[in-house]
Amino acid sequence: MNIQTEVKTADNGVDVEALYEIKKALTDMPPAAQFTWRASCEWLGGVHSKSTVEGFFGAGAEQSHKTPYSVEADHPGVFAAPDNAATPVEIVLSALASCLTGGVAAVAQHRGIQLHSVKAQVEGDMNLHGILGIDADVRNGFSAIRVTFEVEADASKDEIAAVIAQSQKRSAVFDIVTNPGNVKVALA
Amino acid sequence: MKRVTTIVVGAGQCGLAMSHALRRRSVDHLVLERGRIANSWRSERWDSLRLLTPNWMNGLAGRPYRGPDPDGFMACGEFADRLARAAALDGAPVLQETRVLALDPLGGGYRVQTDQGAIACDSVVIASGECALPRIPGLAGDLPPGVLQLTPQSYKRPADVPEAGVLVVGAGASGLQIARELALAGRRVTLAVGNHLRLPRRYRGADILWWMDRLGVLDLPPSGEDELDRLRRAPSLPLLGDASHADIDLNSLQDLGIEIVGRLAGLTEGKAWFSGSLANACASADLKLARLLDRIDAHADGAGIDAPPAYRLPATRIPEAPRLMLRLGAGGIGTVVWATGYRPDHRWVTLPVFDGKGRIRHAGGVVGEGIYVLGLRHLRSARSTHIAGAPRDARVLARHLTGRLGGRAAA
Repeated sequence: MNIQTEVKTADNGVDVEALYEIKKALTDMPPAAQFTWRASCEWLGGVHSKSTVEGFFGAGAEQSHKTPYSVEADHPGVFAAPDNAATPVEIVLSALASCLTGGVAAVAQHRGIQLHSVKAQVEGDMNLHGILGIDADVRNGFSAIRVTFEVEADASKDEIAAVIAQSQKRSAVFDIVTNPGNVKVALA
Repeated sequence: MKRVTTIVVGAGQCGLAMSHALRRRSVDHLVLERGRIANSWRSERWDSLRLLTPNWMNGLAGRPYRGPDPDGFMACGEFADRLARAAALDGAPVLQETRVLALDPLGGGYRVQTDQGAIACDSVVIASGECALPRIPGLAGDLPPGVLQLTPQSYKRPADVPEAGVLVVGAGASGLQIARELALAGRRVTLAVGNHLRLPRRYRGADILWWMDRLGVLDLPPSGEDELDRLRRAPSLPLLGDASHADIDLNSLQDLGIEIVGRLAGLTEGKAWFSGSLANACASADLKLARLLDRIDAHADGAGIDAPPAYRLPATRIPEAPRLMLRLGAGGIGTVVWATGYRPDHRWVTLPVFDGKGRIRHAGGVVGEGIYVLGLRHLRSARSTHIAGAPRDARVLARHLTGRLGGRAAA
């Protein structure tokens, strides 16, 4: 009963009631839960590229963003590149932080916790001996990723920690980063 | 065809509790048991297993525990003997060595097909157990040949496990106990840990279950469908029933030399891959435990219980960089123990009563017209899978069942 009243008082801008309705609808209609996300990427010269997202499939039909969005990627000067944009691995770290941050807001809303500010610092360690092919025993990707949250909210430290923990349990990018998955790359 | 009012399938604590409740209501019935009474307690658990609940919590229908050791933990075989003795004294109508094969509608009731012939009845109580079959993840099929696979049902004792490394998958009660026993026997054990719970055996001078019983957390109704679904999927209570009252949390297992790794995420190229989510799984379990201890402290202080002072357990220790990969086969892991949960065996329930995930749909144990189920997780409360929860649930369902019979007689 307390939970009900608390849900009404916190407003983090996440419509949990609508999310709950969506969850119910997708529970009753499992095929509608099958989504396919897409991005198209084009080479802009050097190691600079531009990815665009617009359409995706979900809820049983083709969907699209209200407008196309683009993300460019390049590499900084220490890679002998002109540094036109973020590196792809920084985009991955950003995606992880965004996914967890969105999750924090949604979980806090669901638990009736009013947030005032949420900041996440993400660091990923990488040994370039991997991608440069210097040492076959070193992996290309991150050897470790650290996310540190600073959260101001009307809740105890443990309650905030529990929100962050739950956000990880429900995060797509956290899962993508922490678990193996099959990737197939083909030439059209 | 033989005819009886009610058929109870399974002579474990649930089926026998239902038999007791039906006898008190003079409902003519039969209990069908595929093996002997308390079959799974006798033959489908490992040798050293003891009940996780202290004896004072293990009363049978009409027989609360009155033995000399209320705080002790009964061995499974001893518990099975107790059940069989009680059934014999009560004159429970048990047909042993009778396996049920199918359940079909017949007239206004049902026909229960068994390997000893068919029996017609008005109502059926499904009490064949929540933990009838091991739940093994699909990726088990990717294990290379030559790696021995065990489950908490096929694992009996450390001596049967080869000397090579052992990977125990799952940190519920079964996985923690089997990992501990193997480590104590000198095996090199890696434990794959996903979402789990953490409980100390004792807290502030009493068994943790004594506190949970006092707090009423075992009787709390779920707040809604979502929470009920979550509770029914929640990990088992991570406890060990041992006279030493030892803890089996991940810290104490690491003290025994067990290496903890993340959830098993894949088996490819002769290697096991683990998720990088171990830290969060452990942090979640620690936070959840802290919330329980906060409630216990508030209750103890509020009720003026004379208990030793409050304290908190050290956080679960996580390796600096938890291992993400292990080699399977020669030189690496020789045995995998799938302690990844259990599932009921309801294949004989040939009725359209299942949800999309193959689970029986029911409301507090009432499945449909004259069909009842007992002993499933959170059937009516957290106690539904406890020994002493069986008689409680059985009484309620027996009342429902006889109400239905009365209604039919009146019609």
